[in-house]
Order: sequence, then structure tokens, then C-alpha cells
Amino acid sequence: MNMNDNPGHPVERQHWLTALAMAPCAALEQALEQTRSAGELPTLIWLRLPQTGLFMVRARAGGSGAQFNLGEASVTRCAVQDEVGRIGIGYVRGGNVRHAELMALFDLLLQDEVRRADLLGAVITPLNERRQAAREAASREAAATRVNFYTLAREVE
Amino acid sequence: MYVAVKGGETAILNSHELLAAARRGDERVPEITPAQIRQQLRLAVARVMSEGSLYDEDLAALALKQAAGDQVEAIFLLRAYRTTLPRFGYSLPVDTSRMALRRRISAAFKDLPGGQVLGPTYDYTQRLLDFSLCEPSASPLPPRADEPLAEAMPRVSELLGHEGLMEEELPLPGDPAPVDLSREPLSFPADRATRLQNLARGDEGFLLAMGYSTQRGYANSHPFAGEIRMGEVALEIVPEELGFAITIGEITLTECQMINQFAGSSTVPPQFTRGYGLAFGEAERKSMAMALVDRALRAAELGEETTAPAQQPEFVLSHSDNVEASGFVQHLKLPHYVDFQSELELLRKMRNRHEGRMKVGAGGTAPTEVAAEENA
Amino acid sequence: MNAPHIPMLPGFADPVDDGQRVFRALLDALARPGTVRQLPGLQVSLPRVPAPLHVAAGAVLLSLTDFETPLWLQSPGGELAAWLRFHCGAPLVAEPGEARFAVIDSPATMPPLSAFAQGEPEYPDRSATLIVQVAGFEPSGLRLRGPGIKAECCIGIAGLPAGFWRQRRDAQAHAPLGVDLLFVAEQAVLGLPRSTQVTQADEDKEN
Repeated sequence: MNMNDNPGHPVERQHWLTALAMAPCAALEQALEQTRSAGELPTLIWLRLPQTGLFMVRARAGGSGAQFNLGEASVTRCAVQDEVGRIGIGYVRGGNVRHAELMALFDLLLQDEVRRADLLGAVITPLNERRQAAREAASREAAATRVNFYTLAREVE
Repeated sequence: MYVAVKGGETAILNSHELLAAARRGDERVPEITPAQIRQQLRLAVARVMSEGSLYDEDLAALALKQAAGDQVEAIFLLRAYRTTLPRFGYSLPVDTSRMALRRRISAAFKDLPGGQVLGPTYDYTQRLLDFSLCEPSASPLPPRADEPLAEAMPRVSELLGHEGLMEEELPLPGDPAPVDLSREPLSFPADRATRLQNLARGDEGFLLAMGYSTQRGYANSHPFAGEIRMGEVALEIVPEELGFAITIGEITLTECQMINQFAGSSTVPPQFTRGYGLAFGEAERKSMAMALVDRALRAAELGEETTAPAQQPEFVLSHSDNVEASGFVQHLKLPHYVDFQSELELLRKMRNRHEGRMKVGAGGTAPTEVAAEENA
Repeated sequence: MNAPHIPMLPGFADPVDDGQRVFRALLDALARPGTVRQLPGLQVSLPRVPAPLHVAAGAVLLSLTDFETPLWLQSPGGELAAWLRFHCGAPLVAEPGEARFAVIDSPATMPPLSAFAQGEPEYPDRSATLIVQVAGFEPSGLRLRGPGIKAECCIGIAGLPAGFWRQRRDAQAHAPLGVDLLFVAEQAVLGLPRSTQVTQADEDKEN
């Protein structure tokens, strides 16, 4: 594959890869069922078998200073390839092999311009909405514990 | 000296069986699952991940089950397991300023922009045993505010930074890759990145005691908890085959920014300096203790007098790791039979010599002759 | 965006087991310098690799290199570079001296051995391992002595540039610094660690 020929605009692909990685695995299984019923899936080969390994998580001193190594996180990855040479990749935090497989499959399908618009609408947008809703719910729970402390001593001007 | 001992195979295998039975306990009580540990003992899981230096809730929960709740043993199991996994790479530095906050407090500023958010904390509980937990209970639905928190909340350090009263934390020139203690042995002098990695995987109890000692006068520090925040941050990586960054999940982190007064030096005006703590999961005590110790270890760099144990990098960093410490302490129970026999013989010889000397001494030998004999 | 894709060749069929098998064979190759060994099972585990790699060189790279091992290629072609970046994650470097591994596909025009990292006195292991693709191995031509060799063994390596062995002898004056060599031909590999003494069997030692 010519590495300059990016399958899908990088920003667009970055966007859907993030949505897939952050999705609950069950939601991707469901999306697979839908996609299957809508049409045949391409024949794929493993370019990289699913494997769980480690990424060292880096952070910065004081949040913004010199980099340091915080500790590792487990990551599962894989890659699939179709007959025309498109490569779909899966990288998920944790040890869920099935999640990485489904991510790679959808990444590959999304690179097919014929399928892309449908999949963005039927899979990626709902995943993003769902994630946004979960995030907002958690944030509203935290917001319910927001306090305004006030000092008891009267402040003298 | 170590001499191999043989035998005991059956006894060891039987001991494994006995251990498994003891772990399971009374079979009339339902067996605990790693999923239950992950969900309901999340703070124990966080500590195992933090000090095991591996963020994986499922593996940490399994380790806790296998270790029957012994945290240091579970940490050891996780550290051992990670050696079997390939390293794929390094993440981009996590951006804690974009954390999806579940808790954020400051003990230095009452009215900080975005507000104080207590989150799920034990701070305001009465510490009374809750016997209602003996019975099954439904998970309460926590109340929700009408509006979520602001998307981005400024760090307290940035508020003071504008006035120049807070030291800046900037990347080093060229933003170099830090030393990785899981790849390179600890050596001295240790730079701040090395120290922070060491403290991040250090034993919570040890760091707590060290941090406590700085408050009690063993290091001239006057800390304020400038800001503590806890929540989820994105884990971003740049796969070599893509060449651009993708988010592959989230991790929960607890961050503590301690603020300490600094008298200034010939080149730097008086200002606040910082100690930094960051830990996997909900780990407030750990990250606070880490921040205190980080600041204490900066004493030499800031030109402060170094008199206290918490200010000695060799002392702190060499003793912070509980897997190493536990291994060295616990190896004492392994067979040292030959060692001990030789010490026993030496002691007998010394006793004989001592008794002989006492007899001779009673006969009136000059002390100088006794000294000569000892040196022989 | 719909430019034709060229399918990428796969790596090992089973990265863990195949990688370990090759690793084991390479340990043996370096422990018994001068013996030619066929890497096991490559017909199945790695049927094809991008040109100009020999299959054994591909297997060595898949087994030994990763994101922490800068790699220098004598012929950095597009397909090969993409394959290595994908399967090994190894960063490709332009300077031989920055590399921990190097692939030489045309020994006649290779840089001098001294151009590669020789290690440091405190860390002699911070040196380069050279994977040198040769036309084949012959029964005689060189006499080898040193650790891992009972008395002496004879081997021939075809297609090395003039002065290669003299360069290597000169480098050995700086022991324990130096480079380690893995010669490959198709599916075969021959190890030559820096500790092996090589003399040319014919009298033409000035070569």
C-alpha cells in the first residue's frame, strides 16, 4: 500500500477510529448484525492477529511540564485486509479481543466510499451520541456535588 | 551464601492445595468473581493497578482474588504478568486539563472558577460502620444537576501563574523522551521524570509515611493542596502505521498539585513551587502523598537545605517499591541453613576465645595482649 | 482517495510462536558460529516477504525488531519500508550509525563496518547487528575460531567486498566493542558474533 494514499481523510478516519475504540463492545456486535443484514461483508485476511500488549502511559510533571512515564496500560490490537488491499486496524485499551476485531472490521468497511456514508450515519453517529449522553450524565452527577464554601468570619474591607 | 536444598515436592504441592482451599473458604458462601471485585472493590483495584504499574481493571481484580485480598501479593502478580506481554509503544502524554471531571477540589482557593466538586468521597462521611450493608441493597440512583460541569476547568496553578506567583511547569527543551524505569535500572542522580515514575509505582504506605514526615518537621515544607482532580482522561497513541494520533480508550486518574512556599534564590524571586502527584484510578491519598514527596525531593534542585529522609533521593527512591522491598524482607524465610551454621560456628569460637580470655585475664595478663590476639 | 491499493504482505502467520522459533534458531546460530542453519517452518509461517529481502532476513526482522530498535536499510524501498513499519513498528533511520539493526542486500557496496554503532565501553550491547544478505554459503574459504567453536571450523561466504575481513579484524582490536553479523541466504542463516576470529584459508590475507 502506498502510505501516502490515506484511506479516508485522516481527520475523518481519526474521528471514526476514536468512536469505535470508545464504543461498548456490545454496541459494535449489534452494529455488525445490522451491517450484515444490509449486505454481504468482504472477504478478509488477518494482517495482524489479535494480540494484547502494553503501551507505556506518559504524563507531564505538574500536568504541563517534563514528560514522565506513569505506568503501562494493556492494549489489544489487530489488523485485517480485504482483497483490494485496504487495511482496517483495531486498537482498544484493555484485553477485549472481540472489541479490537470489530473495530478493525468497521475501520475497513468505512474506508469503502460506497459504504461510508451509510455507516457513518447508522453506526458512528449513534455511537458518538451515546458516548456524549453517558458523559453528560456522569458530569451532571458530579455537578450535583458542587459546593460553594463560604467562610464564617466576616471579611473586613 | 546460597546452597540449593532438595526435597519437599509433595509438601509444596499439598501446600498449594491448602492455599486454594483457604482462598475459597466455606463453600456455603458464594464464590466472589473478578467482576464483583472490579465493581465493588474499585479502590483496591486502583491501588493494585497503580503500584503494579499496569492499568487493567480485569487483571488487577483477578490478582486480588488470587492473592485473597493481599494487595502487595496482587501487585507482585500483576508485575510478573506484565513481563509476559509485548510492549507496543508509548502513549502521548495524557492531558489532565481535559479530564472529564468527577471530583475537583482546592484547599487553597475557596471560589475557584468552575467550582468545588466533591464527587464520590469519604471525606464527609461519619466513619460509622454501616450495618445496613450486611444486607443486599439496590444501587441508589445518584442525583443529577440540571447542567453538566463546564467542559474545561482551568487548573488552579494557571490562576496564580498569570501573576507570576507560581513557578511554571514547562516541557524541557526539545521535550525529550523520559527515562523508563521498566527498561533502565534506577541510577543517581535521578532526574524529576525518573523520580516521578518511581513514586507513581511506589508503595502508598511508604509514600504516606514519607509525606507525613515532611509535615511533621522532617523537611521544611508548608504545603497546600492547590488542586485535586479525579476523572477520566483520553489515552492517545500514534500507531506507526497510521502516523496520526487516535484515542483508544479512557483511564481514570487522580491528580494532586501541592503548592509550597519558596523563599527564592539569587536567580528566582520568592514564589510558590509545586509538588506533583498522579496515580491510576481513584487514589487520592496516594497522589497527595506522592506530591508531598515529589516536592521534598526537589530540595536540592531548589537550593534548599537537605536534612530530612524525604529529601534524600537515594533513600526514598531505593525503598519505595513494595515488590522489591517485600522480596528482600521475605527472602529471609528461605533456607539459610549453611549461612546460619557458619555463624553458629563462628559464635562458638568467639565464645571459647572469650572464656579463655576471662581465665587468662583473671591470671593478670595485660590488656594489650588480648587486643593482639583478636587481631590475629 | 480511491487510488488502487497494493495488498500488503502479511507478517508471521502466528507472531508469537513463529517469532519464538526463529529467536531460538538465532540464539543457536550465535552460540555456534559458522554453522549454516535453515530457519524452521518458513514455507508456512512466512511464505513471502517484500523485495529485496530474503525470507530469512524478513524472519529475523520480524523476530528481533520493534519500535525501540532503529533500523537502517541499504535499499529503503517503499513497499519494504511500509511492511516493516506495519509489522515491526521499527523506525527507519538514514544514518547507519544510529541503527541497532541494519539490512545489507548488496554487500559489494555496503558502508564500512566502522560506520555502524560499535557499543560503548560501559554498554557494549548498544551496538548494531548487521543482517547481510549473501548469494550463498560454501564449504571452505574461511577458518573460524573462538567461543562456541570446537577447535576450528571452515565455511565460505560468497559475495563479500574486498577488505571485509580485514575491516572486521581491525574492529576486533576494540573488543568488547564491535558489531555482530547474521549472514542470510534465502531461508538459511549463519551467525558471526564479534567474538569469532576469522582468517582466510588461502594465503591472500591482504584481501
